[in-house]
Amino acid sequence: MRTARPPRILLASITLAAALLASIAAAVTFGPADIRFDEVWASIGSHLGLGATPLSPLRDGIVWELRLPRVLTAAAVGAGLAISGAVMQAITRNPLADPYLLGLSSGASLGAVAVLVLGVSVLLPAAAFLGALVALAATLLIAGSGSALTPSRMILAGIAVSSLGAALTSFVIFWTATGDSYREIISWLLGSLAGARWPAVAIAVAAVVVIGIPLMIGGRVLDAFAFGDTSAAALGVSVARTRWVMLVGTALLTGGMVSVSGSIGFVGLILPHAVRLIVGAQHRALLPLAALSGAIFLIWCDTAARALFDPRELPVGIVTAVIGAPVFVLLLMRSRRFA
Amino acid sequence: MIPDDERVDSMSAQQLSVVLGGRAVVDAVDADLRGGRLTAILGPNGAGKSSLIRVLAGIGRPASGALSWAGEDWFATSRRDRARVAALVEQDVNAELPLTVRMAVALGRTPHASFLAGPSRRDDEVIDAAMADAGVTGFAHRQISTLSGGERQRAHLARALAQEPRLLLLDEPTNHLDVLAQLTTLALVRDLATRNGLAVVAALHDLNLAVAFADHVVVLDAGRVRASGPPAEVLTPDLILRVWHVAATVLTHPVSGAPVITFDRPERTHP
Repeated sequence: MRTARPPRILLASITLAAALLASIAAAVTFGPADIRFDEVWASIGSHLGLGATPLSPLRDGIVWELRLPRVLTAAAVGAGLAISGAVMQAITRNPLADPYLLGLSSGASLGAVAVLVLGVSVLLPAAAFLGALVALAATLLIAGSGSALTPSRMILAGIAVSSLGAALTSFVIFWTATGDSYREIISWLLGSLAGARWPAVAIAVAAVVVIGIPLMIGGRVLDAFAFGDTSAAALGVSVARTRWVMLVGTALLTGGMVSVSGSIGFVGLILPHAVRLIVGAQHRALLPLAALSGAIFLIWCDTAARALFDPRELPVGIVTAVIGAPVFVLLLMRSRRFA
Repeated sequence: MIPDDERVDSMSAQQLSVVLGGRAVVDAVDADLRGGRLTAILGPNGAGKSSLIRVLAGIGRPASGALSWAGEDWFATSRRDRARVAALVEQDVNAELPLTVRMAVALGRTPHASFLAGPSRRDDEVIDAAMADAGVTGFAHRQISTLSGGERQRAHLARALAQEPRLLLLDEPTNHLDVLAQLTTLALVRDLATRNGLAVVAALHDLNLAVAFADHVVVLDAGRVRASGPPAEVLTPDLILRVWHVAATVLTHPVSGAPVITFDRPERTHP
């Protein structure tokens, strides 16, 4: 009966936080090198100052230098994308909004690839952010030009921006790559966590902490946008400033995520909707729960990407798209404004 | 029926103008919107009713003129403070994301909420009272999108009441409602004005509803005030012809004695 139903939200948070820790613990034990569960954890423990590793340096490196950073990056990227998607859906009042579908991911990939080619990889997150911001501005400008900013126009504009960004990204890689450019193109366009090491963990976790958490805290104001801008303004919200801050925030966050993982689609679409079904649309609960479930979701998608066709590896974006595209269709069928 | 107490809060507009796309959609409007009274804003389509309601709600600034609440400059206060005084019920708005009636009503607490704290016990009480006043308690847990037009209008009204406003602004609150829902909606806000001293301002199309429920009407035409005053005095056949371009006859209700406006068929089939 109460507005917040705090016990249910608290219970969901605790359950999801526990599930996230369990997922991390379980996912690091999957992999082609046959390392036992207890050996994996003894190895990680040794790096945290708890005893000696039972593994050879090579096998110890597989756990500490490859698996753990990859799983942690997946968790951070999943959380970041889910927060971005939930915020974008509220601020644009578009249930189909998602950093991938509105072209932000593709713009971020282009920015990232451009600085990699120029050899200034320190600027990677900044360039990805700039790419995401430009792509978002382009999508909103195209969608809003000459008529009202409807959800369908937004998605169509997103497709245009996304396609152009993907084409340019592919072209830059094709033009400059010395080796296997196709593999690299695919990992940017479909997303891949195969290259995630500790620096990737640092970038992704920093972006979630520095941008994602303030977005989550400030995000409760998004509730007021449920009935549109006028209604939000009438409730005392500074609409223009809020929209600006929130959209730049999602572009920053998406940029940070894409710079370490490429454009992984649909995470920002699936999780916020799934969480809304369970706890409702109040952002105070929605944003943290979407972040936790996004982290868990991407850990398992990436584990599936590694394990399904072992020893070959799928780009993780294929796994998320196989799950996400049907969700998109379902939302499309349910949404009145696309009729 | 109309409290004459000078301490009753009221909104006062002087020479208020709103310019949209280079055109004055609200043009030098003077109006006195008093607490305890239901003021109806009347006028043909495009007369500037919605634009006036919006600027009264403190959304968007007037191009010129003065607007004051309880003697204070309305735009000298913060947007949040304005939202604690004035609540707006727009016409025909819906949520795209799933939202229950209670959650929608809880949004009315936004201007009162502290930034970090969750809803307080008092918030819950205000929300429950607003839902009871608007008669939506029975479907508090239904999704907004599944409600009928009348139910949805009541839910929006409950959200506005949860703001604990002193000024309640309604943009065509009877739009798309059936006769019973029109009457109950206006009776409800009429009652809030009388009982709680709220200043209620409603943009209306139906002149007979204005006669039946309003204490005061302001007739707009092309952004300008053409007449204002008690509805029975203002809504003469002459004024209706000049503003709406429709010949009308004002009858007297055989039982209540109240004026009833009837319209002749127009000679032209397009305006």
